[in-house]
Amino acid sequence: MNRLVSQIAWFAVAVLGAVALGVVALRRGEAINALWIVVAAVAIYLVAYRYYSLFIATKVMQLDPNRATPAVLNNDGLDFVPTNKHVLFGHHFAAIAGAGPLVGPVLAAQMGYLPGTLWLIAGVVLAGAVQDFMVLFISTRRNARSLGDMVREEMGRVPGTIALFGCFLIMIIILAVLALIVVKALAHSPWGVFTVMATIPIAMFMGIYMRYLRPGRIGEISLIGVALLLGSIWLGGAIAADPYWAAAFTFTGEQITWMLVGYGFVAAVLPVWLILAPRDYLSTFLKIGTIVALAIGILILAPELRMPALTQFTDGTGPVWKGALFPFLFITIACGAVSGFHALISSGTTPKLLANETDARYIGYGGMLMESMVAIMAIVAATIIDPGVYFAMNSPPAIVGADAASVAAAVSSWGFTVTPEVLEGVARDIGESSILNRAGGAPTLAVGIAQILHQVLPGENTMAFWYHFAILFEALFILTAVDAGTRAGRFMLQDLLGSFIPALKRTESWVANVVATAGCVALWGYLLYQGVIDPLGGINTLWPLFGISNQMLAGIALMLCTVVLIKMKRQQYVWVTLLPAVWLLICTTYASLIKLFDPNPALGFLALAHKYEAALAAGQVLAPAKDLAQMQNVILNAYTNAGLSLLFLVVVFSILFYALKVGRAAWTRSERTDKEMPFQPMPDA
Amino acid sequence: MFNDLSRMGKYLGHAARMLVGMPDYDTYVRHMRNTHPDQPVMSQAAFFRERQDARYGGGKGRPIRCC
Repeated sequence: MNRLVSQIAWFAVAVLGAVALGVVALRRGEAINALWIVVAAVAIYLVAYRYYSLFIATKVMQLDPNRATPAVLNNDGLDFVPTNKHVLFGHHFAAIAGAGPLVGPVLAAQMGYLPGTLWLIAGVVLAGAVQDFMVLFISTRRNARSLGDMVREEMGRVPGTIALFGCFLIMIIILAVLALIVVKALAHSPWGVFTVMATIPIAMFMGIYMRYLRPGRIGEISLIGVALLLGSIWLGGAIAADPYWAAAFTFTGEQITWMLVGYGFVAAVLPVWLILAPRDYLSTFLKIGTIVALAIGILILAPELRMPALTQFTDGTGPVWKGALFPFLFITIACGAVSGFHALISSGTTPKLLANETDARYIGYGGMLMESMVAIMAIVAATIIDPGVYFAMNSPPAIVGADAASVAAAVSSWGFTVTPEVLEGVARDIGESSILNRAGGAPTLAVGIAQILHQVLPGENTMAFWYHFAILFEALFILTAVDAGTRAGRFMLQDLLGSFIPALKRTESWVANVVATAGCVALWGYLLYQGVIDPLGGINTLWPLFGISNQMLAGIALMLCTVVLIKMKRQQYVWVTLLPAVWLLICTTYASLIKLFDPNPALGFLALAHKYEAALAAGQVLAPAKDLAQMQNVILNAYTNAGLSLLFLVVVFSILFYALKVGRAAWTRSERTDKEMPFQPMPDA
Repeated sequence: MFNDLSRMGKYLGHAARMLVGMPDYDTYVRHMRNTHPDQPVMSQAAFFRERQDARYGGGKGRPIRCC
């Protein structure tokens, strides 16, 4: 009887999801409410969690509650601690949710709300959550080994090294693209620059407080830190209003780039307790708080979506980024649907804390569903603002011009009617001098968040305050990622170069550290700089590269999972990871090939290089370059980006080659050949 | 009732600290008492420093968070 009631209830949830999705997908010509998207996503995620993840847990993985986990076997109270599953869920979620799921959907909104929403829902259920869950499972069965180690063990030494190299490349591109988002948000914004700079002394104060004044009091000092941050936002408003101080804190994109590069280098060699750790605490608590506030705000306001379901830019001519729906929508959304980076987290700290294998379903699959929910909220925030404002903020000046009148005329000519007065009005509301040429997702999202929060929370004229709060919240965790990523990248670089120059491997040597840190900062700094000076906006070039690299890493992780399933002799279930792996390989390969060889210079890097080379040979200067030196720059950058795309292809195909080789050999064997740890029973508690 | 509230507060504090990767000190002390009674136990301040360095100092090039 109970069983029947439960089945009927789940059937009702499924019907609700289907109806909501039908409304989202099929209603045309009239505005729909954002709640339809939220309801569709929540209902489908619940049903997928209840049925599909249970199928994976019981049939594919055959999770065993009586099998001791690494946390139980190696319990040391430090790294390995069996942890309450809800507490661990929070830990895992805080580690996987970053800027990616917020920015990708905002950029994808140029095609309308529908394509992004559909891919977020389908992608996470069938690919993203499966990857996180599966990697967490195989790492737990291998004493919490890292992704690179598992590739080496299950597939061989060569693919292991290639995978490590791939991870390093991805790290560099992530750092460059994240830093670019910060630059785009802070250029010519004294308010934003002041508040972000203020986080450095605030973090230092917190660091000293936690280390010397009251050691380990994370809670109280974080509250003090948040209060100081809110104070700095208020002070930033006063500074932006003052003509002298506003000028002192106004910087161009290039100036901010050099500051970031210098900051990245210095911060990566400072002790971690001084800036990195306290700012990570601030950014984590702010992130969780903002996500919760945004969710409540959307539920209370129930705003209507103003962006159409589909725009004319599905054909690939969009101003924010170029490329047709297939494959570039999937590359652009990246993190909220599938994120290869999660494979590094799911094979990092989380498997060391898992109290019981069966918790992996809740944490791995459930955690990723939650991340996708965040991405859904980002798409809502981006599509409730005036589409004219959205395109004005995100289109590069080379396409729409640089002043409000020409931008409004260009955007209106696409059918998104907007007047220069509206654009200036929005800028005034959020306390900025201009909202034009602010691609990168963060400012657009901040406008959306500010629109929601200032209506829900009390206070008059708080739009500007909440806009800068949202910018600060994104800048905080991006800077933390830049800081931590530079450190991690430095160790990867030392590891990789150490194979050739053994002296560089010594992580305790100051010279080796400084050389590797400088190398790492120089790599992302170079990509960042070329993105900032790129007249087409930079995001245009860097975000697709980021998306391709991220999805490629997910492809590698899913290929590993597929090989492990074959080696476990669970071939009949191999489609669970094989289908998403094949899909990701098709998307990334196709996108890389387009980026390399497409004859349209707006898409293909080589075509762009050839076009500028031909012009240079003829002594012409092509816009947006202003002189021959800039022409040379454009050509060099195009070849660099083409080289990166080629490297991605090489990495993917070499891993695919080894996956096929090892997978085929294992398929014909009759016994299991995977390198799982032997079974050990759970000790009696 | 106050017992429940204090248990709840402790649980929430534990959850909040785990958000930033700081494990529970009491659990560590209990573990050391039960399984390694012969070994010295770190003070709360030393435990905090050790965990902070382990999370952020790295050495294995493992990122602490995603993009």
